[in-house]
Amino acid sequence: MEEALTLVIATLAATLRVATPLVLCAMGGLFSEKSGIIDVGLEGKMLMAAFFAAATAAVTDSAWMGVGAAILAAEVLALLHGFACITHRGNQVVSGIALNILAMGLTVVLGTAWFARGGQTPPLSPGERLNPIFFPVAGDNVIVYATLLSVPFTWWLIERTRFGLRLRAVGEMPLAVDAAGISVTWLRYRAVLLCGLFAGLAGAYLSIAQNAGFSRDMTAGQGFIALAAIIFGRWRPFPAFGACLAFGLLDSIAIRLQGVKLPGIGEVPVQLIQAMPYLLTLFLLAGFIGRTVAPKAAGVPYEKEH
Amino acid sequence: MQELTSHAAIELRGIDKSFGSVHAVRGVSLRVERGSITGIVGENGAGKSTLMSILYGLYRADAGEIRVEGRPVEMTSPRDAIGQGIGMVHQHFMLVDSFTVLENLILGAEGGPLLAGGLAAARTELARLAHEYGLAIDPDARVADLSVGEQQRVEILKVLFRGARILILDEPSAVLTPQETDRLLQILRVLREGGVTVVLITHKLREILSVSDRVIVMRRGEVVAERVTSKTSAEELAELMVGRKVRFSFDKVPVRAGEPRLVARGLSLVDGRRVRVLDDISFEVRAGEIVGIAGVSGNGQTELLQVLSGIRRPTGGTLEVCGRKVDASHPADPAEMRDLGVAHVPEDRLRQGLVPAFLASETSILGYQDREPFCRNYLLDGPAVGKHCAELMERFDVRPRTPGLLSSSFSGGNQQKLILAREMAGHPRLLLVGQPTRGVDIGAIEFIRRELIASRDSGCAVLVVSVELEEILSLADRILVMSGGRIVGEVAAADADERTLGLMMTGARAA
Repeated sequence: MEEALTLVIATLAATLRVATPLVLCAMGGLFSEKSGIIDVGLEGKMLMAAFFAAATAAVTDSAWMGVGAAILAAEVLALLHGFACITHRGNQVVSGIALNILAMGLTVVLGTAWFARGGQTPPLSPGERLNPIFFPVAGDNVIVYATLLSVPFTWWLIERTRFGLRLRAVGEMPLAVDAAGISVTWLRYRAVLLCGLFAGLAGAYLSIAQNAGFSRDMTAGQGFIALAAIIFGRWRPFPAFGACLAFGLLDSIAIRLQGVKLPGIGEVPVQLIQAMPYLLTLFLLAGFIGRTVAPKAAGVPYEKEH
Repeated sequence: MQELTSHAAIELRGIDKSFGSVHAVRGVSLRVERGSITGIVGENGAGKSTLMSILYGLYRADAGEIRVEGRPVEMTSPRDAIGQGIGMVHQHFMLVDSFTVLENLILGAEGGPLLAGGLAAARTELARLAHEYGLAIDPDARVADLSVGEQQRVEILKVLFRGARILILDEPSAVLTPQETDRLLQILRVLREGGVTVVLITHKLREILSVSDRVIVMRRGEVVAERVTSKTSAEELAELMVGRKVRFSFDKVPVRAGEPRLVARGLSLVDGRRVRVLDDISFEVRAGEIVGIAGVSGNGQTELLQVLSGIRRPTGGTLEVCGRKVDASHPADPAEMRDLGVAHVPEDRLRQGLVPAFLASETSILGYQDREPFCRNYLLDGPAVGKHCAELMERFDVRPRTPGLLSSSFSGGNQQKLILAREMAGHPRLLLVGQPTRGVDIGAIEFIRRELIASRDSGCAVLVVSVELEEILSLADRILVMSGGRIVGEVAAADADERTLGLMMTGARAA
């Protein structure tokens, strides 16, 4: 009995650990998408942030410097995305994909040039990482708690504030916002910057809290899973949070299942287990995307007449 | 001090504005008296919307002065205009569909960084406005669930909520049903009672005559006349707008109907939702006559045109088109119909009549693109197409006469003339026309109707579907009335008037 309880608690803790970057990315993506800017570049932002977090922490011996660098790196990409999509009204999906490719290449090139470890950053000592606060085994570092707070905060900001009202309006009907004398451009830039902030934290979590250093492509598609969670959550913070937890749970169960012989089935191939979150993403996107209600102006650049 | 009371709510002096080579507004000066309803009329492109956009701060004038309540003001953005107490109700609503009425109301005037206080205050203010102007509306209803008329009321409330005392309405009735339009005009009268100054931009003379105190007529960017409404008439205003005498009714030569070109027998159509949208429709159209189909929009007219033109297959009944039998087991697609001599000017010009992103020359051959001389050896002959388009433009007075311009850059009337020209170019034996003059300005309306009658006189069978009774009455030799997917009555044009047709349309009387 006690063993089972331990197992449940361990699985839940693992779920939260795995879900943390997803939740952060989902909340950041929510701001962007609510404002009408589709962000498939979450992955790239997170990867870039993870790299700069680890690199800075290694060089300065300070985890907090790492967090700062991560946010800064993600914001630079966010601004690039904004410049392409808001200022120059470019295609949002193309810009997002370009940023992903940029991040994938740049992290490896810079990593190799600076540290000569095949794209990895030097392993971080505990002093250079964000460490668990109360329960060493659970990995409950400060970003995990910030993540838990970020969900109600996002909801409050979107539903209960003037900024949120305008944000929702600009994603649905930018013309109405413009006619009310509010700047569409500035609103969308703020949304994109918020997105950068959250993706930056997610990146820092990956490389200096969950792991002890950066390794190439360490985000492994989590930015896209977060995007799926947003859609599955119908662009609402709490349901999106729920979706992230579901992905996290699946992942942590998958880890436990590795090498275990299931009665009647036998040992499940590791590859299949590892593919589970991605299969779920695919299933959810295929099954739900048709019925969900995206912000109406998402993906459509705003052009003033004359 | 005496000066104060004599200030106009708005005074424009020498306003001038060009877009590139287009001189849209030419030295316009006008006054709008406080607490009055002023109508600004003019054809599409007369500059009335541009002028109001300048007043609302959307465009900046190249020259001239704007005075509000006697004070000269600079309008650089809508924010300035709102600050001066000017509000605008746009033709296309500026509402967020997924928001409630209340949320739409406070957008841009939230009254603080947190919403709760602003929403509560707005609820109180909305109740007051509703009481004062008779603009009752559920504050918690989602805008998407409201009717078009109610959405417009939300737009007006939005403007009043921001404290506007001067209200500009741009073509407010374009999207409304006649009943909703009457309701709107009533609201405007109440607003005037409450001291609000109203500027009404429209090209519908009936509304201007029924509600305004003064009328300003614009043509080609200039103010050409100003009238006290009670001392003018629709005829005079139309003439001033167009710059020459306009006729809406025509002396037609007596009908000489020939052989039947279209015979429908028991036609029916059941749509995807299993609703019977066409029910046992039988009629015929003969060579040399115009048959008009009247009815309130959405009673099967759209579907009937789709079936007749081959876009949809009937689920029952037969159709004989220029001698060929068409039914569920012998369908004919639009191309086959066209080969039989059927031409179709669709109701929805922008979706079915043309491709907005295509050149005018391409629009001028849509549907005929694989015929000589436009197409040789599977390749389009550009010069031949351009020449054809230029000829059509000349003959149908399409302006500007530039085949190389995008179809979307023509006004509605000119797009319609180009489509009509294309369909009539092949000398069809049967011409189907849906809403021939919807969204078309007065000059073009006259032209289009004249062409349709000319086509009838040359022996073509013409079927006109229109929701404008006046149009049906001025064109048709015989009138069929549709209601609920059925033909509920037939009248000879000579015996018809708006009242009897209107009663039939609502199903109140069968003939």
